[in-house]
Amino acid sequence: MSEALRRRPYAFAASPCGGLAMDLAGEGVVCRPSGGLWLAAHGVLVVADLHLEKGSSFAARGQMLPPYDTGETLRRLEAEVAALLPRVLVLLGDSFHDRGAEARLTGADRRRLLALASGRTLVWVAGNHDAAAPADLAGDTAAAVAFGGLVLVHEPRAGAPAGHVAGHLHPCARVAARAASVRRRCFVTDGLRMILPAFGAYAGGLNVRDPVFRPLMDAAPLAVVLGASRAHPIGWRSLRGD
Amino acid sequence: MDGAGAPPALPPRFADWFAARGWTPRTHQLAMVEKGRAGRGALLIAPTGGGKTLAGFLPSLIELDGRPAGNEPPGVHTLYISPLKALAVDVERNLLAPIAQMGLKVKAESRTGDTGAARKQRQRVTPPDILLTTPEQLALFCAWEGARRYFEDLRCVIVDEIHAIWPTKRGDLLALDLARLHAFAPECRRVGLSATVDDPDQIRRWLSPGPREDIDLVRGAGGAAPLVDVLLSEDRVPWAGHTARHAMPEVYDAIRGARTALVFVNTRFQAEFAFQELWRLNEHNLPIALHHGSLAAEQRRRVEAAMARGELRAVVCTSTLDLGVDWGDVDLVIQLASPKGASRMVQRIGRANHRLDEASRALLVPANRFEMLECQAAREAIAENALDTEAERIGALDVLAQHIMGCACSEPFDLAALHDEVRSAGPYRDLAWEDFERVVDFVATGGYALRAYDRFARIVRGRDGLWRVRNAEMALRHRLNVGAIVSPGMLAVRIAGGRRASPGRKIGEVEEGYLEVLEVGDVFVFAGRAWRLMGVTGLDVLVRPAPGEEAKMPSWGGSKFALSTFLARRVRAMMSDAHHWEVLPGDVREWLELQRDRSTIAATDEMLLETFPRGHRHFLVCYPFEGRLAHTTLAMLLTRRLERLGVGPIGFVCNDYALAVWAMKPMDSLDFADLFAQDMLGDDLEAWLAESSMMKAAFKNCALIAGLIERRFPGQRKTGRQVIFSTDLIYDVLRRHQPDHLLLACARHDAAQSMIDVTRLGALLARIRGRIRHMALDHLSPFSVSVILEIGRQRSPGGTGEMVLAEAEEDLIAEAIA
Repeated sequence: MSEALRRRPYAFAASPCGGLAMDLAGEGVVCRPSGGLWLAAHGVLVVADLHLEKGSSFAARGQMLPPYDTGETLRRLEAEVAALLPRVLVLLGDSFHDRGAEARLTGADRRRLLALASGRTLVWVAGNHDAAAPADLAGDTAAAVAFGGLVLVHEPRAGAPAGHVAGHLHPCARVAARAASVRRRCFVTDGLRMILPAFGAYAGGLNVRDPVFRPLMDAAPLAVVLGASRAHPIGWRSLRGD
Repeated sequence: MDGAGAPPALPPRFADWFAARGWTPRTHQLAMVEKGRAGRGALLIAPTGGGKTLAGFLPSLIELDGRPAGNEPPGVHTLYISPLKALAVDVERNLLAPIAQMGLKVKAESRTGDTGAARKQRQRVTPPDILLTTPEQLALFCAWEGARRYFEDLRCVIVDEIHAIWPTKRGDLLALDLARLHAFAPECRRVGLSATVDDPDQIRRWLSPGPREDIDLVRGAGGAAPLVDVLLSEDRVPWAGHTARHAMPEVYDAIRGARTALVFVNTRFQAEFAFQELWRLNEHNLPIALHHGSLAAEQRRRVEAAMARGELRAVVCTSTLDLGVDWGDVDLVIQLASPKGASRMVQRIGRANHRLDEASRALLVPANRFEMLECQAAREAIAENALDTEAERIGALDVLAQHIMGCACSEPFDLAALHDEVRSAGPYRDLAWEDFERVVDFVATGGYALRAYDRFARIVRGRDGLWRVRNAEMALRHRLNVGAIVSPGMLAVRIAGGRRASPGRKIGEVEEGYLEVLEVGDVFVFAGRAWRLMGVTGLDVLVRPAPGEEAKMPSWGGSKFALSTFLARRVRAMMSDAHHWEVLPGDVREWLELQRDRSTIAATDEMLLETFPRGHRHFLVCYPFEGRLAHTTLAMLLTRRLERLGVGPIGFVCNDYALAVWAMKPMDSLDFADLFAQDMLGDDLEAWLAESSMMKAAFKNCALIAGLIERRFPGQRKTGRQVIFSTDLIYDVLRRHQPDHLLLACARHDAAQSMIDVTRLGALLARIRGRIRHMALDHLSPFSVSVILEIGRQRSPGGTGEMVLAEAEEDLIAEAIA
């Protein structure tokens, strides 16, 4: 996106939880340092791209990545759920890394997923890695869900209307200051649309400066970059390519 | 040997060949022939230019020539291993000449990563008598199904430049493969060729196929002692800096006075800088060239060829020319900035004058005043023939993992037999069964406490009790990832073309990180010319020529080598002995006297520590002389402690001699014995290390070597950066869920050794216990200037990402307010 693009004044404020509260197409949302999006008014927690069982998917092909990614992802998800007590938990697609992933879940992880679904509505939004609904787990499945003015789907698309919230791209930001730089997962938003960072422990990232993002936002977007305990709003000018 | 008198030293054909050239075989060459006849392994230590390589091959050539015709065993007779591809090819060329001149029916061929597929295929079917190759190619051979048959006739392995290989992970890999070869061909003897080293017995133990000392030592004549001078510049020696800009006119004059000079520097940036400066002064238009690892391969070859033809007067180079490719008629070696170690300097001096009877000439050019002390210390050490020593090598377990997988790819193995074989390799002599089993478990299923991958195992134990690779695909993947050098991701430097700055002609390659200190729009020097950085897209660095513009000289890399412990000790001794100052030029002597008067000069066994206010800050500067790595680690740990003591440390900076920490509050009255207490290497170190980027980098290296992460898939190539990202994620998860995992232990060991120098730091803390000499000063001291000047030039190592994010956020807020 060129600097010439119209700058949108963003309305945001640090939230006491370390997250960043902001206005998204007229809805109040909080970008959590975990990478989850909290719609407080609706009691909805949204997380994208869990990629459960990515480790075992690689192991089956001979690359023995540590088999702890599903456990780690669920641990972080459980912590978010315990902190926010959402009424609805939306998994925004690519919750499983591949078609066989659900079958490779350990019994313990399966029980943890069931526990996450109990006492609330769990929605599995279909992704490209897991187009089929979970065969054997609790929850509803959907191609998209709407809350207030927001529509939650897996894949972002060019020209999407205001309120479009998606995942899929695993946005990452490289932030440079003085002589050092860091690369972290981030939310990316133009104030009307938003793309969530991947939540899965092994999910890689795509730099938000990649041309893929260009048609998806209609102003110099804001990156909300995940720090250790805070989500930092970072302006487009501070972002670097890889 | 029979009792009927010694056999003729050389067979007639060989004696005639020497005579026809007017040469007499050297004593060590004849000694090596004797060792060969007796079937003994040998380590030959001889300076460069002593006919060392020929001495290594002579026994094999004689044996091959004496074989009855038509009855030769079909396999490789002699295997030659070189640390450099270029060296293997070079030696092949040098070996073909005597073979042709003597009319020997011996086939000698090289095989490196650059060898064409057709030739490689033919070499497998019809092996040459002498095969010249690299440790990585040997590892590949050993991971091949036909390895045993291919090498069962092997009689001799020659390891060249063994001093450069043995104390590294490549050395571990080579030692394991030598053990494998010994299992295939128990008759095979081992020969090592080495430049002068301090402790040859260490290498003999490394090379020996068992705990017995099976390797005889052969020493070449010492040759004339090198003439080493330190440049006492007409100009004043600077207080700080690494470029030696002040001395360039004198360096240029030295080049003019020599036939051919090699100008060694310690980093690529320094090479570029020196090259520019010399050409600026080059009113006589001397052919001066540039050679370093980032230049395109074709360009390096052009320089090498011109050098071999004797067309160049000087080459500015980095360690790419440290090893023994023959460079023709070099008569002067110039070292710009301190060599940082006596052994390295001896190697570099050895590049001059390949004729033994003439002394090599070398000129050391210190870049600052501390370096003047270093260079003098190095000169004296070389004159006394005292060199740096290495620690005993303990083989790395990530390398062992790669080797075990290779063994399984080659043929089924018995666990106990393989353990015995591995322990016959020097670096693995003390490998415990439990550790071995742990590595095997890692190779099979990743070695995880959560036994999730048993059904995916890469190697499996059959009904016959033998272990074998699960399938051909696993073996193929392994072979694509063999090696112990993890090459950093490389970016191509290309000229940006057209308005849209699309990638154009390639001018070289740089490692990721080479340009990290530069921003788009900056001018920098590369391949001897000034360029403006236009941007980085994918794997291309786009640049445009910027002739005549002032280039930015990144100054972070004073040297990638740490000052050796040995040289540091000599520098401390020289400094504390005022009589010794006479060898130093006047301005440096004055500087020492000034330091003595304004602060103090500590005794050899003491460490000087100064505190003083400056600006609105309070400084603590100490001078351990243990090298930048150890200092950085120390500064990190001190900062944590100072934080807890409530003095509000703000920043720190280090160089090879000193470190400075600055804080909000004065530090004059702190208990320094307590501050530097050895227990800082406990929890503080662990806590800091676990989070550090160095640990992550070390983990990535180990993960690649051990085969947890793949270098490349068939038909797909990841860039280094993508690998970095995913290994960081894996590191974090593994650290949380299985902190005692094998690869974390390997990474910790590597980081502690090579990246943060914990061993050296531990020795320092023990050395200075009760011997800290504190001076509370009113203002900065002469010594402290060198390190204070580094402030603002360095990146803070392992800089905390959270601070970067907070700063960038402030920028946004400032922008919003403005």
